[in-house]
Amino acid sequence: MHANNQAEKIKEISGVNPYKCMKCGKCSASCPSYNEMDIKPHQFVSYVINDDVEALVESKSLWKCLSCFACVERCPRNVEPGKLVDAARQLVVRQRGMDYLQADEIPELLDSELPQQLLVSAFRKYKR
Amino acid sequence: MQRIGVFVCHCGSNIAGTVDVKRVVEAIRTEPGVIHAEDYPYMCSEAGQQLIAKAIEEHKLTGIVVCSCSPRMHEATFRKAAANAGINSFMVEIANIREHCSWIHKDVEEGTEKAVILARAAIAKLNLDTPLQPGESRVVKRALVIGGGIAGIQSALDIADAGYEVDIVEKTPSIGGRMSQLDKTFPTLDCSACILTPKMVEAAAHEKINIYTYSEVEKVSGFVGDFKVDIRKKARYVDSTKCTGCGLCQEKCPSKKAPSEFNRGLNTRSAIYTPFAQAIPNVPVIDTENCLKFKTGKCGICQKICAAGAVDYEQQDEIITREYGAIVVATGFDTIKLDKYDEYAYSQSKDVVTSLELERIMNAAGPTKGHLERLSDGKAPKNIVFIQCVGSRCSDGRGKSYCSKICCMYTAKHAMLIRDKYPDTNVTVFYIDVRTPGKNFDEFYRRAVEDYHVNYVKGQVGKVMPQPDGSLLVQGVDLIDNKQIKMNADMVVLATAIEPDPSVRNIATMLTASIDTNNFLTESHAKLRPVESPTAGVFLSGVCQGPKDIPETVAQAGAAAVKAIGLLAKDKLTTNPCTAQADILLCNGCSTCANVCPYGAISYENIQINDHGIREERRVAVVNNALCQGCGACTVACPSGAMDLQGFSNRQILAEVDAICR
Ligand SMILES: Cc1cc2nc3c(=O)[nH]c(=O)nc-3n(C[C@H](O)[C@H](O)[C@H](O)COP(=O)(O)OP(=O)(O)OC[C@H]3O[C@@H](n4cnc5c(N)ncnc54)[C@H](O)[C@@H]3O)c2cc1C
Ligand code: SF4
Ligand code: SF4
Ligand code: SF4
Ligand code: SF4
Repeated sequence: MHANNQAEKIKEISGVNPYKCMKCGKCSASCPSYNEMDIKPHQFVSYVINDDVEALVESKSLWKCLSCFACVERCPRNVEPGKLVDAARQLVVRQRGMDYLQADEIPELLDSELPQQLLVSAFRKYKR
Repeated sequence: MQRIGVFVCHCGSNIAGTVDVKRVVEAIRTEPGVIHAEDYPYMCSEAGQQLIAKAIEEHKLTGIVVCSCSPRMHEATFRKAAANAGINSFMVEIANIREHCSWIHKDVEEGTEKAVILARAAIAKLNLDTPLQPGESRVVKRALVIGGGIAGIQSALDIADAGYEVDIVEKTPSIGGRMSQLDKTFPTLDCSACILTPKMVEAAAHEKINIYTYSEVEKVSGFVGDFKVDIRKKARYVDSTKCTGCGLCQEKCPSKKAPSEFNRGLNTRSAIYTPFAQAIPNVPVIDTENCLKFKTGKCGICQKICAAGAVDYEQQDEIITREYGAIVVATGFDTIKLDKYDEYAYSQSKDVVTSLELERIMNAAGPTKGHLERLSDGKAPKNIVFIQCVGSRCSDGRGKSYCSKICCMYTAKHAMLIRDKYPDTNVTVFYIDVRTPGKNFDEFYRRAVEDYHVNYVKGQVGKVMPQPDGSLLVQGVDLIDNKQIKMNADMVVLATAIEPDPSVRNIATMLTASIDTNNFLTESHAKLRPVESPTAGVFLSGVCQGPKDIPETVAQAGAAAVKAIGLLAKDKLTTNPCTAQADILLCNGCSTCANVCPYGAISYENIQINDHGIREERRVAVVNNALCQGCGACTVACPSGAMDLQGFSNRQILAEVDAICR
């Protein structure tokens, strides 16, 4: 039940319909961070379909995705898998008790591993 | 007053599952005019029809309402049954309580209520029905085939062999279509030209076949059995009756920089040209955009050297008007443009080619004389990457949502041919799925893997990056090994999606034939009438209806021909009596109706009218019943309410609305 809620939340935040995926792998073929990731971009989609959000949230990939949106751009079925990663990231941020990312909280969250693009992306989509 | 019988069908559980048919029968018994009502499990069965006939006789019925499936399914059945029992076949109304009711409702209460309402409406309409007599129209014993690819050629041959005259209209200078551009053909790998040219020659030599190349259909009027078509025969600037096909003009023409359409722009041709050696007819055309004589007024070499005196710069387009009983559309396809797929670097590198371009590169008559070489530097490629589904199965708005169906097979063909002729070349194929259903098709693909060791990788290519050394860096994914792959290739081949020839939109408009959102022509019934357009007398042949390979195209072309022959074999056709008529006392001759009529059925006449004792001459609308298709556009457009459709009069439609709203 808990897992299911999480998957629903990710779908809601991202606006992604994972069922459109035809498992072609073009996202993973496009991803510049592929080798750094434990769960690959095309797998994000099946993890959400299979309600395995826990694994996604704990994955290295979450913090390795550059939010470059190459996968979003090139996916032939408009699945936009990168948005799932973004949403999963936001779930984590929310779990830490914050609904939206605040600029003054960034220094606290920042670790040296975190790619700059991620922050840019977070603002791009979640800040109104 | 009509004497009406109402017959409610269960259609097994199709209707009875969500409509309480007994309650429908009881509910409509008291409707005006209803003398008799009953239900039966299958009205369309022999027994059901007999039951209707018996009731007509017993109760002296003047009309019947059948509450059943869509009139598209069984209206004809019940009309015939009624006629056999002695009442006019247009005194039959169908209340569609299946497609419009039981199939779309889940709740029996709602379904039953709606069925009763639909039955009431049909009864109200029948009360105002009058007997109608269908007329007759002629059948012109000649067929038109639009498009001279393998589909058009095959349909024309089959129709001509049955003894009917056929005209083929082909827009390019030669018949042959895409098949003439292919090198070898799956699944048997025979040379495309070797199997196609005999058919082209046979069509050209057939006494019943007349070929108009470099021609286009410009206007279509008329209707099934009696179409009238204007064909624009574009000026070739070469007199076909004089030209001997020697080819000297093409050799001597100084303007040789025009991209060759036949070779997909990979090399050039002269301004006066025949597209390929086996072209039919073997008569060149002058492309005025590239001809120096037309551009600058100077040159005229071809005219001077032509020994037959065939070159004629004064030639004009010619409009030929011909009549046809049947029309076969065979306009085929093209590959899609790749401008939205920048990631494959098609526009950045000459060594990224489409599969159709590869066919030309592999062909002995192509730009490289059949040698597999890179177009950038002429070197033999050592590593070739094929990418399948380029632009197919894309629902992202960049490509086509459908599977192009032929590319898995031709990619296996290309891969195998290359490995066979150039065993040192490594071939990798990126695929999403390998789709090879069909006789000997999967075996063909497996041969590529098992015997020719083509490296099939399940996954896609993300991007192709041209490198400074001229190679192409391909970044893809292997989903089975869960590995991103970066490999160097010398050549990348894109299995590019196919789409209907863009001109088909215009053709469909002229024929009032429907097309789907992808511009493929729509068939009358996806399963049961796959080669007929919903527009009577128009038949569909080849890829213009949907992606298919040559064997399927030829089979469909034959099927379309048989349907056309079935029509041409008839001496007369019965016409639909449900046509429009103007009430001359109400009509004020305003011309609104003629402007909306899609069939050009309305004209105007000045006639003497006696309007309540006042005699005067008035301009009024006259409907040509042979042309009118009963669409009803004029009846709604007429500002004076003078236009009415027989069998669907304004009064009848209002009566239906009243019955529904009661
Ligand atoms: C790269 C590639 C490889 C292929 N390899 C194979 C293979 O190995 N084996 C196989 O079975 N199939 C193969 N095919 C499929 C094959 O090409 C088609 O099945 C076949 O050409 C379909 O024939 P058609 O007559 O329907 O269409 P087309 O070949 O496209 O012919 C249509 C004709 O109509 C003409 N036309 C179009 N519009 C008009 C108009 N408005 N007025 C007048 N004329 C018009 C065109 O000029 C053309 O001549 C391949 C296709 C491609 C792209
Ligand atoms: S590119 Fe799109 S359709 Fe293909 S595997 Fe990735 S998410 Fe699925
Ligand atoms: S957005 Fe993330 S997952 Fe998608 S391609 Fe870029 S880095 Fe990879
Ligand atoms: S007149 Fe035109 S077609 Fe003829 S030779 Fe000169 S350029 Fe070529
Ligand atoms: S036939 Fe094969 S390559 Fe072509 S679109 Fe379909 S699956 Fe893709």
